Formats: sequence, structure tokens, C-alpha cells
Amino acid sequence: MKILCVCGLGQGTSLILRMNVENVLKEMGVQADVEHTDVSTASATPTDFIITSNELAQSLQGHSAKIIIVNNYFDLNEIKESLSAAL
Amino acid sequence: MLFLSKDLISLDYEANDAEEAIRAAGQLLVDSGAADSSYIDAMLASYREKGPYFVLAPHIALPHAKAENGVSEASVSLVRLKRPVRFGHPANDPVELVFALGSSSSSDHIKLLRKLTSLLNDPANIEAIRAASTGEDIEALLGKTV
Repeated sequence: MKILCVCGLGQGTSLILRMNVENVLKEMGVQADVEHTDVSTASATPTDFIITSNELAQSLQGHSAKIIIVNNYFDLNEIKESLSAAL
Repeated sequence: MLFLSKDLISLDYEANDAEEAIRAAGQLLVDSGAADSSYIDAMLASYREKGPYFVLAPHIALPHAKAENGVSEASVSLVRLKRPVRFGHPANDPVELVFALGSSSSSDHIKLLRKLTSLLNDPANIEAIRAASTGEDIEALLGKTV
């Protein structure tokens, strides 16, 4: 299973999201290949899931991956709930 | 690595809008020698082009640009706004805490993001930053938690 964490530039906020997604997956006992990138690279990258903000999700509409939206990147409970519902 | 030392913190700054807030947080990076003024322009350009996606949590923004836009040292500054301003984010507006992130291509970048993430993952730390009276208070908080 591949999960892509996506932000505007692919260097800052997507990496923060990736760290917290990895924390949560570990806690859930889920194995996944987690990467981070910018929104334009993501649109051309095959993956099972994309995690991003509501805003950037708009520009990824039509991507074959299932898109998971997170509003608060620092709320591990929100990330866990969103992941649990989607996986 | 320059991480929220007291000269990288400005409390109760008065900004009229998001761009002024980003500029102020970026200026702290420039004044500390971590970034060139071109980095402030790059953060503003990113905000204009890509929108406020970097408002990552309620009342918290992390403006940044790319390392090649003029950063010499991995760094984080903080501007706490006297009056929160709208960045145009649908869920997390208005913004009160602006952490400008000086991205670097070195391994310090990841260490820095890890420190910032563990700081902001704990709501008690965010409350303490909102309540702090001085930059020294925040420095002391970091000494304890990060």
C-alpha cells in the first residue's frame, strides 16, 4: 500500500504530515510505504492513497488514488480517524 | 540550526493582513542571518500562487519557500499576532501564530521539522505559546519539551 502526503512545494508541510501519518500508522499497526511530494508531482504519480489539505485536494480531483483530507496536521486523532475511515 | 530562540520570536505583532504577518516572520529569519530577503518574497509568491494551504492547524500558519530561494541555515521564527488575521483558509482561520520555516537542503531540515512537529503535536504547548508573556518564556518552554 502506498500513501502520498502532498503539499504545495513538497518540502515542508508534506514532510510534517508524513511524520505524523507514519506515527499514526505505526500506532495502528499498519504497514505502508509513505512518501511526500508536491501537488504537481502527485498528480502524475500512481499511488493508493493521497493525504492532503482540503484546498490542495481540489486540484487533485480526477486522480485514481483515494484522497484523504486532513484539516489539522498536528491533531493525531483527526489523522487517525481519517486514515481508519479510508483504509 | 536556529529554532525559536528569543531573537527569532516577536510577540503581539500588529499586522493588518496575511502578507504583513508573513513578511514579519520572514524578517526575523533575515535579521538572524538565516535567510536573504529574497526568501520573504518567495514565501509571499508561494502564498499568492498556491493559496493558504500552509495554515496547518486552527490559528497556526507555517509559511515557507524552497531552500534555493535564499536560506543559509535551517531555521524557524515565530510571530504571534496581537489581532489574528484571515489567511483565506476555509477551516483554520483566523491565524494567530505564524511560524516562518527557513527550509534547507541539509539534514538539519528534517531535524528541524521533527522538533517543530513534536512541539505543535501537543495542544498544551500551543496554549503555552499563546499565553507566554515574553520570548524568554517560550525559549524556556522549548528547553523543557524539545
